[in-house]
Amino acid sequence: MAEVVLMKGNEAIGEAAIRAGCRYFFGYPITPQNEIPEYMAKRLPEVGGVYVQAESEVAAINMVYGAGGAGARVLISSSSPGISLMQEGISYLCGSEIPCVIVNMMRGGPGLGGIQPSQSDYFQATKGGGHGDYKLIVYGPSSIQEMVDIMFRAFSVAEKYRNPVMILGDGMLGQMMEPVSFPDETPPPDPRSRPWATTGNRGGKSKLLSSIILDPEGLDAHNWRLQEKYRRVEEEEVMWDLENAEDAEWFLVAYGTMARVCRAAMTMARREGIKVGLLRPITLWPFPKQAFEAVLPRARGFLCVEMSTGQMVEDVKLSVEGKAPVYFYGRTGGAVPVPRAVLKRIRDMVSGKAPSITDYYDRVAGGEIK
Amino acid sequence: MKAIYERPRALKDIVTHYCPGCTHGIAHRILAEVIDELGIQGNTVGVASVGCSVFAYNYIDVDFQQAAHGRAPAVATGIKRVLPDTIVFTYQGDGDLASIGAAEILHAAARGENITVIFINNAIYGMTGGQMAPTTLEGMRTTTTPLGRQPASQGYPLRVAELLSTVEGAAYIARCSLHNAANIAKAKASLKKAFETQVQKKGFSLVEFLSSCPTNWGLSPQEALKWIEEKMIPVFPLGEFKVKEGEAR
Amino acid sequence: MTHEIIMAGFGGQGIMLIGTLLTYAGMKEGKKVSWLPSYGPEMRGGTANCAVVVSDEEIASPIVTEPTSCIVMNGPSFAKFHKALVPGGLLVLNSSLVKVDDRRGDIRVLKIPANDVAREVGSEKVANMVCLGALVEATSCVALDSVIKALKEVIHERHHNLLPMNEEALKKGASLVRAGA
Ligand SMILES: Cc1ncc(C[n+]2csc(CCOP(=O)(O)OP(=O)(O)O)c2C)c(N)n1
Repeated sequence: MAEVVLMKGNEAIGEAAIRAGCRYFFGYPITPQNEIPEYMAKRLPEVGGVYVQAESEVAAINMVYGAGGAGARVLISSSSPGISLMQEGISYLCGSEIPCVIVNMMRGGPGLGGIQPSQSDYFQATKGGGHGDYKLIVYGPSSIQEMVDIMFRAFSVAEKYRNPVMILGDGMLGQMMEPVSFPDETPPPDPRSRPWATTGNRGGKSKLLSSIILDPEGLDAHNWRLQEKYRRVEEEEVMWDLENAEDAEWFLVAYGTMARVCRAAMTMARREGIKVGLLRPITLWPFPKQAFEAVLPRARGFLCVEMSTGQMVEDVKLSVEGKAPVYFYGRTGGAVPVPRAVLKRIRDMVSGKAPSITDYYDRVAGGEIK
Repeated sequence: MKAIYERPRALKDIVTHYCPGCTHGIAHRILAEVIDELGIQGNTVGVASVGCSVFAYNYIDVDFQQAAHGRAPAVATGIKRVLPDTIVFTYQGDGDLASIGAAEILHAAARGENITVIFINNAIYGMTGGQMAPTTLEGMRTTTTPLGRQPASQGYPLRVAELLSTVEGAAYIARCSLHNAANIAKAKASLKKAFETQVQKKGFSLVEFLSSCPTNWGLSPQEALKWIEEKMIPVFPLGEFKVKEGEAR
Repeated sequence: MTHEIIMAGFGGQGIMLIGTLLTYAGMKEGKKVSWLPSYGPEMRGGTANCAVVVSDEEIASPIVTEPTSCIVMNGPSFAKFHKALVPGGLLVLNSSLVKVDDRRGDIRVLKIPANDVAREVGSEKVANMVCLGALVEATSCVALDSVIKALKEVIHERHHNLLPMNEEALKKGASLVRAGA
C-alpha cells in the first residue's frame, strides 16, 4: 500500500491528475477551487508539464480543445460560474470527440451566487448545458480518496470513448483534508501514439478534428454514431454504491458530500430501528438505474437529499418509475442538510408524514418547512 | 518542358466554395506556397475559425483543428504548448478575430504565443450574409447598418495591426493587401516572414490581409479590388507595424 | 469512539493550523480523520473555524454540527458554538480574551488563559497551541506526543526555529488541565 498523506481535496485532485499522466492544465481563478490551478502552477513545471492561466474560462476550455486534440492528457478545473462559460467549448469537445477531464467544484448559484458548497449544477453537467445532443460522462465522488481514484479512471474513460469527462465535486470536497494514498504513476502518453491527434501529417494523410457537418444526412449519421457510443458508456461505465441493502426498506439517495451526511443520518436512524439503506450514484451520467431495479422489490420509499432545490431527484423518479414513493430534502447556497435534519425526514417518511414532492415545494414557498 | 508555375503541394486539388472575386482563395494560395517553400507541410497544424474560411482544411493539406467562433488563438495555444516544435497557425476573419475573439487574440499576443495568425479583413461578416464587422468603415452600408455605419451609435473601425503592435509579446505584425499582383507578392513575403518568426521561436506573429467580399459589398470583382485600394487602404494603412529583432526567446 | 471537534477564533489566531495539526496527528496514529474549514471572506478578519473528526471508525460526515468538544478563542465564536456542544461535551475557552460564564451547566468548561500563558512561553502567537494542548489532554483524542511529532511536518520549514516554543506551549496547555484548570 502506498504512503498515506494528509491533503486538501483540491490539491489531491491536482496531484492525482499528474500521477495519472496529465502534464497540461489551463485555468482561470475562481473560489472555491483556486488551490487546483495554484497547485498545478507549482507542480507541473517540476515534471516537465505546462500550466497556462488563460484570459477567461472561455479561452481555457478552448486551449483544452487544442491541447487535447494535439494528443495530450489535459485537465481543466473551475467552479460553477466558470463552468457556465465553458459550455460552448464542452459542446465542441463532444462534437469533435476530444478527450479531457473537467473538474467542477460546485458553488451556489444562480448568477454569482455564493462561494459555499452546492450541488446545483447537476442538470448542467448531466443533461447538457451546451447545445446539441451530447453527453458528458460525470462522476460524483464523495471522499478525497475516491476523487483521486476516479481521476485515474476519468482519463482512461475519456480516452477510451474520446469524450470529455467531468468530475463533479463541491466546495466542501475541495476545501477539506483527508488522508489519501495515490495509485502507481502512469506515464504521460505520446501524442503521436494517437492516430486521430493533429500532430502534423508527416507526409501522410492530413487529420482533421472538427464538429461542423453541414450536410443533414452526414450530421444525422454523426449524431447517431455518438448516441451509439453513449449507449456503450451506459452499459460499461455506470457505477454506484449500495449500503445496508440486505435488509433496507427505506433508501436515502445522495451523491458526493451529501452521501456522507446521509450515511451519518442512516446510522442514527438504524439506531432507532429504522431499516435504512443508502443508494449512492457514483456516475451521475450514466445514471445507475440498475441499482434501483435491484432494490425496488422491497423498497417502501426513497428520500433524495441534495444541496439544491431538487435536480437528481428527477432521475430518481425516472428510475423508480412510480413503483415507490420518492421524497426530497434539500438546502442551497451553502446551507447544508445536516445529519439530524435528514434523520427527521427519514422519520417523517417512515411515519407517512413526509410531504409529497409537489407539496414540499408549496410548503417551502409558504415558509412552513425549513 | 520545365514547369514554372504549378499548384503548391500544400494546396489540395479541389474547387473552393468561395464566391467569384473573393480573395480568400488568393490568401489560401500564398499560404500554401509559403508552407511549401519552408518545407513544413508535414509538421504543421492549422486552426480553422468560424466564417467563410471555416472549411479552410478542405483546401490546405495539413493537419487541422476547427475552432469555435473567435477561439482559434486559444485552440492554437493549446496545440503549441503540447507540440512546441510543430508550426501552428490560425486563419481568422475580422468578425471572428476582432469581435467575438478579441480577448483571445489580444492575450495570445500578450503571452507572446509562438503562433502565426492569418487575419482576413474584409470589413464585413461574410458567412452570415453581410452584417457589420468591427472593421466596417464609417458610413459603409451593411445589412445591420442600413444607413451606413454611424460612429455616434455604432462606433469606429478597429485597427487590429496597430493595436497588437503595441503588445510586448508580439514579434511580427504587418498589414498587406490582396487587391493586385504587386501587393499579393508583398503579402506573400510578409506571410513568409511571419512563419519564419515562428520557426525562429521569436513569438507571436500576425499578418492582416485587406480582402474583398464582392458579394456582400454589392460590387463586381473588379470594383471590389478598386474599393480596397480607394476606401480601405486610407483607413487601414499598409506596412510592417512591428518587427522584433534579435534572438529567439 | 468518535471525536467531533470544532476550533474557532479570529482569522490570524492559527485556528486552521491547530486543526491541521490534530488531524495529522490522528492520521499518524492510524485513526480515521477529516478536516473541514470554513472558507471565504470570513477567513480574513472575522471568525475562522474548522471541524476536525478523529475516529476509530470510517467517518460518515465531515460536517460537525453537534461537536463533542470545542476550542473557542474569541467572543464571537463563543456565541456561535457554545450552544452546539453535545451534553457532556468539552469547551476549551481562551479566558484571556473571552470573559463569559457558561450558563448551560451540562458541559465541561476549561478556562485557559491562553494568551497570557503564551506570552510567558515567548509569544502570544502560540496561544492556539496552548488551547490544543489542553483539548488533547482533556479528551485523549490523540496522544500529546503525536501532536508534538506532527509539528515539524505541518509547520513550514522556514518557521522551524519556532518549533520548541510551539512544543512548550502545547505542553503548558496540557499541564494546566492536569493541574485542574
Ligand atoms: C457563437 C457564434 N455566434 C455567431 C455565429 C455565426 N457566425 C458565423 S460566421 C460569422 C461571422 C464571420 O465573419 P468574419 O469573421 O468576418 O469572416 P468572413 O465570413 O467574413 O470570412 C458569424 C457571426 C457562430 N458561428 N457562433
